[in-house]
Amino acid sequence: MTLWWAIAALCAGCYALKLSGLAAPRWVLDHPVVRRFAELVPVALLGALVAVQVFTEAGELHIDPARTAGLAAAVVALLLRAPFLAVLFAAAAVTALARLLLG
Amino acid sequence: MDGTTHRPAAVRDGLGVGLAVGLSGLAFGAAAVTAGLSVPQACVLSLLTFTGASQFALTGAVGAGGDPLAAVAGALLLGGRNTLYGLRLADLLRVRGPRRLLAAHGVIDETAAVALAQPDRDSARTGFTVTFVSLYIAWNLTTLAGAYGTAFLGDPGAFGLDVVGPAAFLAILWPRLSTSRELRVLAAGAAALALCATPFLPPGVPVLLSAAAVLPALMRR
Repeated sequence: MTLWWAIAALCAGCYALKLSGLAAPRWVLDHPVVRRFAELVPVALLGALVAVQVFTEAGELHIDPARTAGLAAAVVALLLRAPFLAVLFAAAAVTALARLLLG
Repeated sequence: MDGTTHRPAAVRDGLGVGLAVGLSGLAFGAAAVTAGLSVPQACVLSLLTFTGASQFALTGAVGAGGDPLAAVAGALLLGGRNTLYGLRLADLLRVRGPRRLLAAHGVIDETAAVALAQPDRDSARTGFTVTFVSLYIAWNLTTLAGAYGTAFLGDPGAFGLDVVGPAAFLAILWPRLSTSRELRVLAAGAAALALCATPFLPPGVPVLLSAAAVLPALMRR
């Protein structure tokens, strides 16, 4: 049940964020700190999300070789300018293969 | 003036982006079920949240056993960039009343990118609408397919689906990393901060804390 509340809160919150941009007065965007903050925060969060979801397990630092290999595959795919879905597919395939081989 | 000549190009851009990115709903549906969400929960997120990074962030944090409140806060912080897109699109779309309420739901990375890339206001509006509609339909259908398929798989870890979320974040982040050294340093710093905090804080909180990594860059200006 808590999960449904979290989902409801996220749905409402995300819509409010979108609408507030579309409905806000123009001067808000022209403020340099607002602009910088909006540009920088997603980069920090995404970087942290990648690290936490690959290198931690149940609140502890943990190197999972298969997941690490999958992330490396994603980096290679991105360097080769692969499309979005191909990047995700490469990461999952390499992780699955590594699990199969490493047992 | 010659707005009509640009509109077919805007339709083409919109359909291309909408359908290609929309397919990634497969990955989201799979990741959501892997994290322990039900098929209806995954579908409601895609229908009503409709912003990929926030959806992946919520399911990732829930999958890691994180506190739902911290998970929602992190996902909302990510959704904050849509506010900036809305600010930029307001001048181009100039929608009012009920149409604005509807258009707001479509203010995301892809629609903003297509609309802002068009040479005039008419084609920007066309690009926005076509991207929104095609992406919305594709994203929701593929979410259902991915979630439903994964629910039948048994152990999703055996298919490497647990790495789909982080790979998606990296792919969203990549264009920004490849153009700016400052952003590379920021992303690495935030990652290090979150990892160092992980043993000491409840799941979900280290990711929120990593937003503090923007402070040095913000002060420098």
